[in-house]
Amino acid sequence: MRATVEHDGRAPTRRSTITVLLCLLMAWSLSIISQGAFAATSSEPRALLEALDTGNFQAKGAAAQAIAESDVEQKTRWLQALLDGRLGKERRGDRFYIVTDDSGREWPIIDAITFEDAGTGTRRTVDIFKINNDLRTQLEGLIASLSLSAGDEASRLSAARRLIGEITEDNVASVRRMRDEEESDAVRQPLDVALALYDVQNGDAEALDTLRGNLDTRVRNTLVPIAAGDSPLAAEAQSVLGGIESKRAWYDRAQTLFFGLSAGSILVLAAIGLAITFGVMGVINMAHGELIMIGAYTTWLIQQALPGQPGLALALAIPGGFLVAGAFGVVIERTVIRFLKGRPLETLLATFGLSLILQQLVRSVFSPLNRRVTSPEWLQGAWQINEALAFTLNRLGVLLFCLAVFAALWALMRFTRLGLEVRAVTQNRAMARAMGVRATRVDMLTFGLGAGVAGLAGVALSQLTNVGPNLGQSYIVDSFLVVVFGGVGNLWGTLVAGMSLGVINQVLQPWVGAVLAKIIVLVGVILFIQKRPQGIFAPKGRTS
Amino acid sequence: MTTTSLRKLIAGSSIALGLAGFGAAAVAQDEGPIRVGILHSLSGTMAISESTLKDEMLMLIAKQNEAGGLLGRKLEPVVMDPASDWSLYAEQARDMLTGDDRVDVIFGNWTSASRKAVLPVVEELNGLLFYPVQYEGEESSENIFYTGAAPNQQAIPAVDYLMSQGVERWALLGTDYVYPRTTNKILEAYLKANGVAADDIMINYTPFGFSDWQSIVSQVKDFGSQGKKTAVVSTINGDANVPFYNELANQGISAGDIPVVAFSVGEQELTGIDTAPLVGHMAAWNYFMSVDSDANYDFIDDWVAYTGNDQAVTNDPMEAHFIGFNMWLEAVEQAGTTDVDAVKDSIIGVTVPNLSGGASTMMPNHHITKPVMIGEIQNDGQFSVVWRTPTTVAGDAWSDYLPESKNLISDWRAPLRCGKLDVESMQCQDGPGAD
Repeated sequence: MRATVEHDGRAPTRRSTITVLLCLLMAWSLSIISQGAFAATSSEPRALLEALDTGNFQAKGAAAQAIAESDVEQKTRWLQALLDGRLGKERRGDRFYIVTDDSGREWPIIDAITFEDAGTGTRRTVDIFKINNDLRTQLEGLIASLSLSAGDEASRLSAARRLIGEITEDNVASVRRMRDEEESDAVRQPLDVALALYDVQNGDAEALDTLRGNLDTRVRNTLVPIAAGDSPLAAEAQSVLGGIESKRAWYDRAQTLFFGLSAGSILVLAAIGLAITFGVMGVINMAHGELIMIGAYTTWLIQQALPGQPGLALALAIPGGFLVAGAFGVVIERTVIRFLKGRPLETLLATFGLSLILQQLVRSVFSPLNRRVTSPEWLQGAWQINEALAFTLNRLGVLLFCLAVFAALWALMRFTRLGLEVRAVTQNRAMARAMGVRATRVDMLTFGLGAGVAGLAGVALSQLTNVGPNLGQSYIVDSFLVVVFGGVGNLWGTLVAGMSLGVINQVLQPWVGAVLAKIIVLVGVILFIQKRPQGIFAPKGRTS
Repeated sequence: MTTTSLRKLIAGSSIALGLAGFGAAAVAQDEGPIRVGILHSLSGTMAISESTLKDEMLMLIAKQNEAGGLLGRKLEPVVMDPASDWSLYAEQARDMLTGDDRVDVIFGNWTSASRKAVLPVVEELNGLLFYPVQYEGEESSENIFYTGAAPNQQAIPAVDYLMSQGVERWALLGTDYVYPRTTNKILEAYLKANGVAADDIMINYTPFGFSDWQSIVSQVKDFGSQGKKTAVVSTINGDANVPFYNELANQGISAGDIPVVAFSVGEQELTGIDTAPLVGHMAAWNYFMSVDSDANYDFIDDWVAYTGNDQAVTNDPMEAHFIGFNMWLEAVEQAGTTDVDAVKDSIIGVTVPNLSGGASTMMPNHHITKPVMIGEIQNDGQFSVVWRTPTTVAGDAWSDYLPESKNLISDWRAPLRCGKLDVESMQCQDGPGAD
């Protein structure tokens, strides 16, 4: 049962993966078949730790393996501490320590064998045992296998997934037995795939049916040489492979579409505030990017005020970013833009200067270094639909947020009094004033609204990119591009333009690279504007 | 913080007292202070990296003054802010090197573009420039000392390490400018010379500050799922790294699947990232803050005390300035003067301790010897050194792996005095030796 495998001349990574898998398998089968019948080897705890004190990672791996196989009760804690980089040895002495908190420069430490408090240590006094990638993978496997005796479904499932493509003559029998005794369908499924893959490699044609349409890359990689070879299975393997490839291609397209929409949603978010100030009011606001930056910094500040609660901080940052950036917008409108009405060139220069002032202000107040905004747990990672398709949660979140902001803005323009007045002032200022609309107040609120929406874009961007003084600069050109392409003064135009530019960009990117893709999009938009100066959607009314 | 300002106050008042006491005699005794130019951007995009180096230089100068200055004279820092504008670097270098208040040496620059802008100025006005950042090589100037890594001190050993770990497929990702393009050209030639097929190399460039990594990361994921062990070699620079690593984490690419080894990501850059999902990704440098040596621990203590920030980090370019500054001090001591030509001659062969427990020597090609280390990112934002070269490696100005430069060497010592010597034809193509 305790199989030892010799792999001569194979890469160390491979060997360590196999060791881990064998170990996993062993622990698993032990836990399922013969609960508690572990042949205990007694060893001295100190000797086990001393074996870790070596610069050679392979020797360290063997020492970790020995710890896992021993019956020392501290072993799980040791392996976890080793994995976390918190297990070490006294630099001038022979005690072993576990660091309980390594955040500062003075660490509280405990004795690794007795777990008694041992005062504090620093990097000068405690020599932490180092690990590398291979050892880390091995340790994760060892710890997983130690917790396998608890035998919950999730860990069995992950162990089963690791087996695909790793089944050999030595372990095939025990895997088959496990497969038969496994109760959960979810765990049985990857085991079936793993076994079928092994059978196919050994010339079993029927097993190919199990693999039909499987999206796991390890299945594809195993089938490629079989299909290309001259075994009797080659033709059928070829057809299975073809099926897999075409299925993957469809999912790839869906993935690209998602990438495009998410890239587009960022463009829309950044541009939609501008669609209001530039599109509706006709103000060329070069400081729009800095208003985005202010929204992002607001998110950071709120997060600093609420340490440890990134989710709540983000929820508060949505109104917070809107209000702060909106307030900046109102101040800018009152102090600068109001006096430059109808002089676009001067507005452009004044707001450009303003953007530089705001950037340097942030640099002086918050330092030129980027600030880190932590994403809440539910915006990290990906929603894995299947092996070939996954939606990253932060992008998905931004996409939904973008649609929500768009819907809210559209409703505001369509159904509220402010929206009505804004549209009235846009279409005919003199007539609107004659009807009793206070045009200057509407101007101020409109600009504030546009700035507030820019702040919302900043809140969203803080989840995707750096929060730093230059954040806004990278979006200002794209924002104008989207607004002009979509049709000045039209919210729907901004949405359609942003999304389509995002998709086009993402489709082009893998082909021609990021730089050329951007150039092609820019040239395309210029040509389009030549042909149709009013953009995708022409503004209604008599303004143009 | 308070102790620093208190110390400054005491130092300031004692100088004032001294001046009051000795009056004109003290001024007449020496020729006034030695002026040290610091040419690092304190605003604009590069401020994030360069402002720390300015602070470090001020610390080193203050320490040297406490220890009695140099040649019995005080050192006086001259700080300018080129605002991340390459042409402004050249202008300000010219300012520093002309007039009565000419500086004796300049420590500065970060990007290759800014170095290329300053190069003709320091050559024309015969200045000294210490350049502390890893760069693409293919350059050697009589007036510049390159204390950062050349490609053979960073990129090539890193690739060797990955090969020893069984990596067979390579994705070379970089920011679109001269350093990544030249480095990737060298790496591509090196990989092909080591039997890697063209199909197993993927090269991709992105603009500065790029943040939309999703499709490129997904492309890399696909590239790495073809059954061969794959690694990413990243020359992505500056800000773009944060969204890049975030995207890697979100798409579930761990260092166990596809390790990334970066040449431009150090402790400073990691302060902006949550490193928990990045544990195991690598960087290649000549120094890490986690290096285990007393010289390093002392340096960190000084730096923490100087900045008054318990979380302050140190990084590789800081070590380069530390080495460069000490080499210059030593060379001036040996020459007995700050005269540029004398220092240029005396500095070759100067050996000073580096921060990783060894020593670095200035070579005749104006590059220095350094150990090369591979560090893996830990969840506290530090690197753990998993591999280092057994000895130091001398920087190579002209890469041996590019056909156009494989026969070139650089030697600024007396008879030869040549920055670009073709060893086959023994023709000097650049430098006073060419005449």
